[in-house]
Amino acid sequence: MADASSERETPAKPRLLSDPKFRALVFQIIASITVAAFIFFIVRNTLHNMESRGISTGFGFLDRVSGFGILQSLIEYNETSTYGRTFVVGLLNTILVSVLGVFFATIIGFIMGVLRLSSNWLISKLAATYIEIFRNIPLLLQIFFWYYAIGFNLPGPRQAMSVGESLFLSNRGLYLPAPVFESGFMATGLAIIGSIVAVIFLARWARKRFEATGQLFHTVYASLAILILVPALVFFASGSPMHLDYPSLQGFNFQGGVVVIPELFALVLALSIYTAAFIAETVRSGIQAVSHGQTEAASALGLRPSWTLRLVVIPQAMRVIIPPLTSQYLNLTKNSSLAAAIGYPDLVAVFAGTTLNQTGQAVEIIAITMSVYLVLSLVISIFMNWYNAKMALRER
Amino acid sequence: MNLKRISVLTAAATAGLMIAGAAHAGTTFDSVKKNGFVKCGVSTGLPGFSATDDKGNWKGIDVDVCRAVAAAMFGDADKVKYTPLNAKERFTALQSGEVDVLSRNTTWTFTRDTSLGLNFAGVNYYDGQGFMVSKKLGVKSAKELSGASVCIQAGTTTELNLADYFRANKMEYKAITYDSSDETVKAFEAGRCDMLTSDQSQLYALRIKLTDPNSAMVLPEVISKEPLGPVVRQGDDEWFNLVRWSLFAQINAEEAGVTMKNVDDMMKSADPNIRRILGVEGVKGEFLGVDDKWAYNIVKQVGNYGEMFERNVGQGSALKIARGQNALWNKGGIQYAPPIR
Ligand SMILES: N[C@@H](CCC(=O)N[C@@H](CS)C(=O)NCC(=O)O)C(=O)O
Repeated sequence: MADASSERETPAKPRLLSDPKFRALVFQIIASITVAAFIFFIVRNTLHNMESRGISTGFGFLDRVSGFGILQSLIEYNETSTYGRTFVVGLLNTILVSVLGVFFATIIGFIMGVLRLSSNWLISKLAATYIEIFRNIPLLLQIFFWYYAIGFNLPGPRQAMSVGESLFLSNRGLYLPAPVFESGFMATGLAIIGSIVAVIFLARWARKRFEATGQLFHTVYASLAILILVPALVFFASGSPMHLDYPSLQGFNFQGGVVVIPELFALVLALSIYTAAFIAETVRSGIQAVSHGQTEAASALGLRPSWTLRLVVIPQAMRVIIPPLTSQYLNLTKNSSLAAAIGYPDLVAVFAGTTLNQTGQAVEIIAITMSVYLVLSLVISIFMNWYNAKMALRER
Repeated sequence: MNLKRISVLTAAATAGLMIAGAAHAGTTFDSVKKNGFVKCGVSTGLPGFSATDDKGNWKGIDVDVCRAVAAAMFGDADKVKYTPLNAKERFTALQSGEVDVLSRNTTWTFTRDTSLGLNFAGVNYYDGQGFMVSKKLGVKSAKELSGASVCIQAGTTTELNLADYFRANKMEYKAITYDSSDETVKAFEAGRCDMLTSDQSQLYALRIKLTDPNSAMVLPEVISKEPLGPVVRQGDDEWFNLVRWSLFAQINAEEAGVTMKNVDDMMKSADPNIRRILGVEGVKGEFLGVDDKWAYNIVKQVGNYGEMFERNVGQGSALKIARGQNALWNKGGIQYAPPIR
């Protein structure tokens, strides 16, 4: 007792080492130095060993000419481009499948999740069957399935199925007419941007007015009208400065137009169907997490069922849905690296595959590739965290 | 699968490189000796070069290169462990020590020889890149192929030659790049591409893998030089010498007329060249760190170069490839080995 009280009387001068804050700081510094030293050691050793084994190192290869072709490129690329450019081509192809995959997976997933809760026995069982099948078959097999079963059973280019001689489907992919913009298209482009901005302002105004007066405004119809009519008017007024480039069969293949290659199609299909099965479950659990009392209270207030869903259930469910949804988006992006299995030229196939093999610079290329996936994942996480914070419960 | 394999291999390579490089020079030879077998990297299945037969045994001229090394080192050609590798994985597998020798229809090029930390020990097959098309297309020459879709395998010289050829001839093409030859063949059969391109010998090998080999034909053009041979890691000259001279011994044996059948009689031959090759007099196996009968064992168990060729890819095989460039230098070809003396 006496000891305790005497200690309490001299708190003014605690010994530095027994100060928890100071100790924590010291330990953190030691830990950081150890990690840094470890990394330094590894990097130095790797470089030393590679040199002593005659393996060339460094990033100089990025400026060398690649000398190989890539099936699909969103930017200008040919054999005389550099290895650095193969990286960009691969990266953009990865981003393309990821964005498309996330888009379709979200739509299918939300629909399936809601249907799963349908009171109609058949519909809910169908949704459940979908979820159980696609969630439980390994993704790689699904990719092969769509690629081989569908892509390879289409007719050859000379027997292609066509719609009005402008759309062609064959085992070379889906060929569509491509828009070719002429010099005067600038005005229409500006009109499109302008009308988007206008719609945003309109939505804000309508919301403010609704909150202030309770009067509803049909934002959706008004927005659609603005988005379509304004650019269309400008387009025709400026003399239709755009035409379509139709694909046509020349020699072995179609020339002209744009093509959705079967590899891209199969990959996006497999990724979205697979991921959607998980998203559906996430959506279902999110909706079920909203207590039934909320729905009852809403209908007691006289809200229509569709309003109840939109204004009461979904906003609350979203809070439960978003964090696991983020993981699904991350998974989809990383799973897109299975592309190499069917020859879709993504980052792993092009850069960590061909480029790595032609240059032999495994350590550098794998390091770059891993960093890219890390950055992509972090960007998705940051965005979803921001969205999550926006949707989070705000106490008023 | 593939990606995972590559990551594992790359991780292994990286880890291997990260660990202190204290002892690596001269260790392959010793470690092979200690293990009691040769770790041999081969293809995932290319009839005539390296493929398993219906009993699961590896067969082919690339396989025989490894068998010859094992015969020289252990007196037993069966002391080999095979690792199937696709084109993308192969160099990493060798660099990381997963295999001791890579004998997988690999083209000897400047970049590979000088920047990967590897050495090519010789050429066991002189090849060149060719094209295979479906007969339905009615094409007679590669020059008619502008606009074609082409199936190829990733990480090969094929990818580069293809681009060169089409560029030089001002033709367009679309390359569809797969990881394994199986996928490449499947895509070709399904009509995803108009043609398949690879080293010409491999086209013949892949052709017999088609459901209907007669539906496809190999075009006459040969667009590149593809000297294929075994590869080892740099820094172990003893091992490099053994691999190189195992191959040279087979070529010298053919030149001297020593065969699997007559090798025992040849031991009594009076010809000084044959006596030297078979280790009866003159040169000693000890220079290679192996038994004096090293070359005898190779010929006895694997055969001379010509026998190996005919058995695997020549008249004794389904491929029926003519010797062509691979005939001995004094028989109109370019296979030539320095003398054993
Ligand atoms: N000789 C060329 C090409 C070698 C190559 O990989 N060719 C393919 C032919 S499609 C092959 O052998 N594939 C068999 C496999 O992946 O196991 C090189 O060294 O780059």
